[in-house]
Amino acid sequence: MSADGVSVVPEPAIRTRGLTKRYGGLVAVDHLDLEVRPGEIFGLLGQNGAGKTTTILMLLGLTEPTAGEVRVVGLDPARRPLDVKRRVGFLPDSVGFYGTLSGRQNLRYTARLNGLRRDEAEPRIDEVLALVGLTDRADDRAETYSRGMVQRLGIADALVKRPDVLILDEPTTAIDPLGVVEVLDLLRALAHEHGLAILLSSHLLNQVQSTCDRIGVFAAGRLVGSGTVEELAASFGLPLDDIEVVVGVPAAEAPAVEVAIRTVPGVTDVVAEHGARDDRAWIVRVEAGRDVGTMIRAIVQAVGERPLIRVGRRRVELDAIYRQAFARTDAGRREEVAA
Amino acid sequence: MSATTAPAGRLPVGWAVIAGKEFADHLRSLRFLILVVVLGAAAIVPLYFAADAIRASASQVSGAKAIFLALLDLPPRGLSVPPVYGFVGIVAPLLGVAFSFDAVNAERADGTLARLVAQPVHRDDVITGKFLAGLAAIMLVLVSVVLVIAGFGIARLGIVPAQGEIERLVAWLALTFVWVSLWLAFGLLLSVVLRRAATAGLAGFGVWLLLQIFGQLLVGLVTQVVAPVATAATEQQAVALQNLSDMITRAVPLTLYQEAARVILDPGQTAVSTPATVGQLQQYQQQIPTLLSLQQSLLLVWPQVVILVAMTAVCFALAYVAFMRQEIRA
Repeated sequence: MSADGVSVVPEPAIRTRGLTKRYGGLVAVDHLDLEVRPGEIFGLLGQNGAGKTTTILMLLGLTEPTAGEVRVVGLDPARRPLDVKRRVGFLPDSVGFYGTLSGRQNLRYTARLNGLRRDEAEPRIDEVLALVGLTDRADDRAETYSRGMVQRLGIADALVKRPDVLILDEPTTAIDPLGVVEVLDLLRALAHEHGLAILLSSHLLNQVQSTCDRIGVFAAGRLVGSGTVEELAASFGLPLDDIEVVVGVPAAEAPAVEVAIRTVPGVTDVVAEHGARDDRAWIVRVEAGRDVGTMIRAIVQAVGERPLIRVGRRRVELDAIYRQAFARTDAGRREEVAA
Repeated sequence: MSATTAPAGRLPVGWAVIAGKEFADHLRSLRFLILVVVLGAAAIVPLYFAADAIRASASQVSGAKAIFLALLDLPPRGLSVPPVYGFVGIVAPLLGVAFSFDAVNAERADGTLARLVAQPVHRDDVITGKFLAGLAAIMLVLVSVVLVIAGFGIARLGIVPAQGEIERLVAWLALTFVWVSLWLAFGLLLSVVLRRAATAGLAGFGVWLLLQIFGQLLVGLVTQVVAPVATAATEQQAVALQNLSDMITRAVPLTLYQEAARVILDPGQTAVSTPATVGQLQQYQQQIPTLLSLQQSLLLVWPQVVILVAMTAVCFALAYVAFMRQEIRA
């Protein structure tokens, strides 16, 4: 998934160095260093008001940075906005369309603004409408579309110009769960098969985790961590090698199982969790440096004849990282105030 | 969807594409229908009632006066309906505001503005394109209406325009073009500054109403206090006070337009304001009625035209600067 296996690292499609935006005394974006390469989906994760949209507007040259450097497809958006905007597809937060025009007419307008000739625009519009699954409704007025359809038309609209970079602000809000899966599949295909660089912002953790190759956690205008989910977990000191054990025993037998697991050499802690129905679940913390596979085998032996439902390495959840990140920034802020 | 570089060059003229789309929208919109009805009524009603008066004077003056232009500037007899140019002067602001009060804020509210400015067009193209589209829509109807009036004059009254009259007609259309532009630019300014279209519309129509009705009242009040012509002891004083009162009246832009329109449409008008001294006044009163050439008429109202153009430029510039400085946020 990541670009690790690629021998030649491609030139980043988006790069910022020390990017800063101040509104009066308020620092919206604080010394942001960001890099998104072609063929990669980068997720900007942060609460509302964390500076995600401001960052995106600076990338498009719609807001001038107070300080720092931005390069999008190698160009400075503040100096050459048109050259940047013709190569960057943008889906704004709460996107809208002209209600009295059909979806197709709306896309046609975008195509004209991008200087596409009619003969190149029409097949292109058909193609992107099919990509987002709106072919059937393309000739209905946009005001009759549901919110999810508008969102999908927005993605089609961003793709009409054949962009090299796609910037999506909250792309999956208001789309129903099935639609979300389709949209995320589409984004993955665009990045991994067509080599687009995609930057998306979201506050929906599951989607970011399942779709993005790398994630940047944004808090109070600062990028408090970036990388893959595993890298983030490591940088926030979250254990990667926790083992989850689920055993199908009644509550009375649970202490016996816990003791059995606890006696396995290398286990430092066992924490009971809620299991489904009659199952008992534990999170087993192991000593650093122990091989997880060996540990799992030992735990299986310790559980013995009891019905073992599941055992394996616990998935690092983004929300744990997220909580950790915000706990840190809050603490940091309190220290600043105190000092 | 390749990662290769898009072909360079060949970017469209942004304002032209935006203006084209906005113009097409206008033609399909309900407000265009209202525009046609209002301007149509502005032309047909006065013309209908003025037809007799025009016919009567046509037989008397036998071509000496610009009879064709009387179609536009002769007030209907026995009715309190203004002449065509007066009517246009009153409704043009309303139409100008109606075609621009929601130009920017509605796009912002609908979430289309962020998408529009993310396309490869300059930000000022948005303002320029919308301004030109509104202007084109209103002028299209206005010119059509004037042509209908001319056709009516030729076909029903048998009045064929002379070349000089056509020139004056074009000059008046140009003046009205500026007049409409002023209010379009004002509406555009409101649409940028006020975030809600309804508020902007209300503010625009409020200002129009204020200037239209209360403006006249207020100006009348102020002139009575500042320049009470009736109390003048000497003729010199009366002339001076009349001049002052004229100037105060011009605080209302409609006065400027109507003065200019009257002089441009009627070659018999040889002055826009009261002469500055008693001697000049006497001279003026003893003057043999003459007809001015278009050039001389224009010279007479040049200050009015320049002020209208300047006001338009200021409104447009304010709208432009406000829009350029504004954050693009949904």
